[in-house]
Amino acid sequence: MSNGTSNTASNATRLAPPLAAARTYPEQKPSDVYLFGTCVLDLFFPDAGMDAIRLLEREGIRVHFPQGQSCCGQPAYTSGYTDDAREVARAQLALFARDWPVVVPSGSCAGMFRHHYPELFAGEPDTLKQVDALSARTYELAEFLLEVCKIRLEDRGAPVKVALHTSCSARREMGTHVHGRALLAQLEQVERVDHDHESECCGFGGTFSVRMPDIAGAMVRDKTAALKGSGAAEVVSADCGCLLNINGAFEKQYERLRGEHLASFLLRRSGGKADGGQS
Amino acid sequence: MNAPAIPMTFKCRAHDAVHDAQLRRNFRGAMDFLMAKRAAQFPDGDELERLRSFGNAVRARALSKLPELLERLETNLTRNGVKVHWAETVDEANAIVHDIVRAHEARQVIKGKSMVSEEMEMNHYLEGHGVDCLESDMGEFIVQLGNEKPSHIIMPAIHLNAGQVASLFHDKLEVDYTEDVDRLIQIGRETLRRKFYEADIGVSGVNFAVAETGSLLLVENEGNGRMSTTVPPVHIAVTGIEKVVENLRDVVPLLSLLTRSATGQPITTYVNVISGPRKAEELDGPQEVHLVLLDNGRSQAFADSELRQTLNCIRCGACMNHCPVYTRIGGHAYGTVYPGPIGKIITPHMLGLEATKDLPSASSLCGACGEVCPVKIPIPAILRRLREENVRAPDDEPRHMRGQGSKYSRAEGLAWKGWRLLNTSPRLYRLFNLAATRLSALTPPKLGPWTEHHSAPKAAPRSLHELAREHLGED
Repeated sequence: MSNGTSNTASNATRLAPPLAAARTYPEQKPSDVYLFGTCVLDLFFPDAGMDAIRLLEREGIRVHFPQGQSCCGQPAYTSGYTDDAREVARAQLALFARDWPVVVPSGSCAGMFRHHYPELFAGEPDTLKQVDALSARTYELAEFLLEVCKIRLEDRGAPVKVALHTSCSARREMGTHVHGRALLAQLEQVERVDHDHESECCGFGGTFSVRMPDIAGAMVRDKTAALKGSGAAEVVSADCGCLLNINGAFEKQYERLRGEHLASFLLRRSGGKADGGQS
Repeated sequence: MNAPAIPMTFKCRAHDAVHDAQLRRNFRGAMDFLMAKRAAQFPDGDELERLRSFGNAVRARALSKLPELLERLETNLTRNGVKVHWAETVDEANAIVHDIVRAHEARQVIKGKSMVSEEMEMNHYLEGHGVDCLESDMGEFIVQLGNEKPSHIIMPAIHLNAGQVASLFHDKLEVDYTEDVDRLIQIGRETLRRKFYEADIGVSGVNFAVAETGSLLLVENEGNGRMSTTVPPVHIAVTGIEKVVENLRDVVPLLSLLTRSATGQPITTYVNVISGPRKAEELDGPQEVHLVLLDNGRSQAFADSELRQTLNCIRCGACMNHCPVYTRIGGHAYGTVYPGPIGKIITPHMLGLEATKDLPSASSLCGACGEVCPVKIPIPAILRRLREENVRAPDDEPRHMRGQGSKYSRAEGLAWKGWRLLNTSPRLYRLFNLAATRLSALTPPKLGPWTEHHSAPKAAPRSLHELAREHLGED
């Protein structure tokens, strides 16, 4: 495993330093957090959202899921429909009014809250104050579990090789690829294996995958081949956009391998639900 | 200038390219090699970040006083005996070059590597006026021999492997077939060496134009740049107006970033500093030196503070080397002089958004380009901005770009309005979720382009909203 700060070889795993200054984390675990579930997870991976809630609850945290939440606005934002994205973002703002941390089980939606909301509201000084405060207390799930909860996971599963796919936003906007790795490293029986061109995009990119199907298709074919070729028995990722892309391609190729959300994997390996039941 | 038809067929070209196994192998191999070379040059991530910030600051400072620096550059170059010409368009630039060619009754031009001369299609233009224009950079020479265009801004022939070059040399230069790379380079050099002495005019690009000293910096590895700029009696340098830096000391960090990012070299074999024609007491060098400063849309980028960052570019090519899209389709599929991420953000200023409207969409916004850019151009943010310019109403004010609204579509605009309504009305969203989960079985097996490479996604039986409501109650 490479612990270098840049790409030492194409096949090795790349750990680039986060672009922004290192983040400081609160000393104390909060009593309450919000969960922003994300729209893809809401419809396609709801169990991963529930597993995130259970992981947080097991840490003794009360989780709040504002029922009015929908989408972070990213699809419109990256498609150039900035005004529509801003209004959808504005609808989320009011729902996370208390000063509790907002935990997001997706690097790309967390990145939207943290880095792009301030851009969206740059022209509205009053709203911007609220937005800046929100962005400052937004955390990607793996980051939050590791840095704020200081979670200690006890592995109760059988030995297994796992490949970790980190989304581009998690890696480059949020710098949370290191957290996903560190969490997996806590699981004694889990061996994380590198896959070919690990830091390369899986080809999802939101609307990119339908606007440019040839290129996106070539990218996901390479990604699925790399994951398969890694020798891993399981694939884990903390972003549901990537999982939708990778799992959809695996299914199309009649492959048995499927990616699982990191939250589900961690919960399953470390003894299941908060009430002690197996998920 | 003619609006090129090529970018209209970007998707067709991309389609062909991803299905060309040889091309895919060539690019993947070459890009892996270049990425590894670059990485080896930056073992210390903190040092790299500091240097990138430094490079960004130097470029931002130069651009913040661009008009003033260009005037100082002209004054100091003129003092050094260099003739400075200004061209707003490529047609004007070609006309300037043609005037110089005519004044010297030149028949043969030898050219060092210059992407601005590619913008001008100078070879083609001069040929049309009965003047031979030969590329002296080995990669450019190969590309010219094969009647192709460069597929990479640093390594123009990177799309070819040794066997393909061997066949080309065998066919065009009538030499024995050999795949020995050293022998191939030797054949190329022998052919070129004669031409340097025959040429009436040498043309080159410029890496950095230093306002303070009135000097033109040119980096290269083959010595052809030095030959092209010193052997023929006349030297014409062509460059974009953004290449100016204020002081000679500004070149130090930029040079270090350029060579390490581009080819993974600590420094190039040659660093030429051209500060004027041959002086009375000197034995060699050209008798005349000209600089053509080309705008070609750069002023449009300059006028907008976000888009201006596009002009930070020092043309290292690292963004394309690290781009998953470029790696899949190669440089030619873009149909533009500058391919890859930098091509997607600079070309719309040169050709207008109309002719380049598909380029900003051809990215997953993965951020690899922005991560490696030595002068910290926020390429993904600029791509997103160009998408916004693409879908704005064509008559929307204020106007920032030629070809604004080239992908404007009422239907798509309405679809996003519907999406906005759905995601800003909790009741509607709840109803939609209920329908999507309960009617999941009705998902059609084919969903447009998505199901070319994926199975159709099926919604879960119950949404997270429902599961969370059950577990946590209404919140």
